[in-house]
Amino acid sequence: MVLFLYDKTFEGLLSCIFFAYAQKRFPDMILSATDQQPLFADERYVVDTDKEKASRVWSSLEKKLSKIARKMMMSVWISGLPETEMLLFRYIRKNLDHPQGVELNFGDADVLRVKEIAQQISREAHRIVQFVRFQETADGIWFAPIAPRYNMLPVVVNHFRSRYATQPWILYDTTRNRGLYWDTHTVEEVSFSPADLAELRLGKLEGEKQSDDEQLFQQIWREYFRSITIRERLNLKLQQQHMPKKYWKYLTELQQ
Amino acid sequence: MNEKILEKLSILADAAKYDVSCASSGTSRPAVKGGIGTTTGWGICHSFTPDGRCISLFKILLTNHCIYDCAYCTNRRSNDVKRTAFTPRELAELTIAFYQRNYIEGLFLSSGVIRNPDYTMEQMLRVVKLLRDEYRFNGYIHMKAIPGASDELIAQAGRYADRMSVNLEIPSEENLKLLAPEKSYSEVFAPMRFIQQGMLESAEERKKFRSAPRFVPAGQSTQLIIGATPDSDRQILTLASALYRRPSFKRVYYSGYIPVNRGDSRLPALAAPPLVRENRLYQADWLMRFYAFNASEIVNETHPDLDLDVDPKMGWALRHPEFFPVDVNTAPYEMILRVPGIGVKSAKLIVVSRRYGRLSIPQLKKIGVVMKRAQYFIVNRELPMQTVNELTPQYVRRQVTQKQKNRAAALLQYPIEWGE
Repeated sequence: MVLFLYDKTFEGLLSCIFFAYAQKRFPDMILSATDQQPLFADERYVVDTDKEKASRVWSSLEKKLSKIARKMMMSVWISGLPETEMLLFRYIRKNLDHPQGVELNFGDADVLRVKEIAQQISREAHRIVQFVRFQETADGIWFAPIAPRYNMLPVVVNHFRSRYATQPWILYDTTRNRGLYWDTHTVEEVSFSPADLAELRLGKLEGEKQSDDEQLFQQIWREYFRSITIRERLNLKLQQQHMPKKYWKYLTELQQ
Repeated sequence: MNEKILEKLSILADAAKYDVSCASSGTSRPAVKGGIGTTTGWGICHSFTPDGRCISLFKILLTNHCIYDCAYCTNRRSNDVKRTAFTPRELAELTIAFYQRNYIEGLFLSSGVIRNPDYTMEQMLRVVKLLRDEYRFNGYIHMKAIPGASDELIAQAGRYADRMSVNLEIPSEENLKLLAPEKSYSEVFAPMRFIQQGMLESAEERKKFRSAPRFVPAGQSTQLIIGATPDSDRQILTLASALYRRPSFKRVYYSGYIPVNRGDSRLPALAAPPLVRENRLYQADWLMRFYAFNASEIVNETHPDLDLDVDPKMGWALRHPEFFPVDVNTAPYEMILRVPGIGVKSAKLIVVSRRYGRLSIPQLKKIGVVMKRAQYFIVNRELPMQTVNELTPQYVRRQVTQKQKNRAAALLQYPIEWGE
């Protein structure tokens, strides 16, 4: 078995491609030095990240792949799924080896898988955009906790930045304990202390932390949600299909 | 804002819920400096109620007072229900408060008719003017055009709204006359035509001056109530298809009749709303909009109503075995699109992928083809000769309905709005 070790950066992965073609050694596994390594590896290579070589690989991909395909690759990268490295490696290799590239060959399992993962990421981005609920704090900042499966903050930040340009807000990923704060001019990263985070996991601001009207508007919204429902058509299964339970924790209309 | 708002909201949301439109798609507008909100082009739903329908827009009535007495409507004059009204200011403030919290994508403003159509339209206009001009609201606005309102008021509304709609409600004029004696088709069609004209003119203007004001950029829609009258699916779909031929028309919504007014002898006594029929109509509507089917292919003189047991595409295929089997590796896109079990997405994937080599059955499955339905209508080297022609349409129908009956509940789905 051929094993590559790299530094877990995207440029590092592209360097692995360069290394493989240069050495004519193609890996069965690509891991980072900190990953648990298999006991039996016939050949181990430590691949150093080289920005110059990485950008050469990227520019040859730019010639063959559409913008959409490149964006899909980035989605696979941010998914952080265990299969990421080898899937991207095979995907890139297939495209480099084929005269026109294979991005539209969805009969190929890897091409299809890249598309599937990109779809999962975009689906989750869509759900964050839908199911974020801001609460107004006493100091006038709009606060929203989220708990996505993937690291979605960089994917959705532009949507919220342009939509809510005039109101300062914090989008906070309670799973990764990391958030983005928009002060109406720039976005910066924030993270809370363990004590604050423990409180945030409930998703609700309490007492004097919320603005005067916040409780009332939450109540009005819950009342709206109740009134707009047609009882003759109840279909809880369909509701859950569109709005999976894992998002319910932070949804104002489903809290009491 | 105070607690009194809660009661108003509960009355006026409850009265607005039978309007099924919820779309917020069709306009793409970036942020404006100093304003709040954007529109994205595709619809964003913000929540889903226990009936499984999406909440995209803050769908609300300005008032449930109404001078009309339509048999199917909960707000009709002769009903003894609590009446109330929002002030334009209250409604604008609520919309902004909801939008700031990301509860909604915008406002869907409707109203009962108070005093007269012009007065009602003026009140509604005040709400959207407050929103756009004073609160600098740049999100989505869907407005009802009140039939009978003057052209000038409709024209003003069209410059503030993204989408406008006038509900036809009843699929034939004679039955509308019966159930809503104070309304007529000509009164409903007049604002529809006016909106279309305004859109076309604005498009012309914008060719010359890019800064010319937009007029209802997301087009118009309408709603038909299904099952309150004996109108056939053929009448409904023929009407819908005629509407879709108009350049401004984006959506026709079908609303399964819910008996809100019991004891009116003009209305049928239904045990449950006709949800399966409503779902079949949405499927047929999709066939017309995305699969290049004509209404007359889906329903005709001999089959005036949709088959409730099989979806309309399967129904068409079973009536037309002569078009099958289709070879997925060579047939044109339009034919692949007509195979039951193959949707727009998988048809596109098939057409681009087969250039690299023949697609096998496992590959088709992975791409998303539903082989349970498609197997009788396609050929591929690996398939046995068990197509609809050898097995007969009757046999195939039995096969697919047996499996479907168990999943009848899964059929009761609303189409999702995004991705259009």
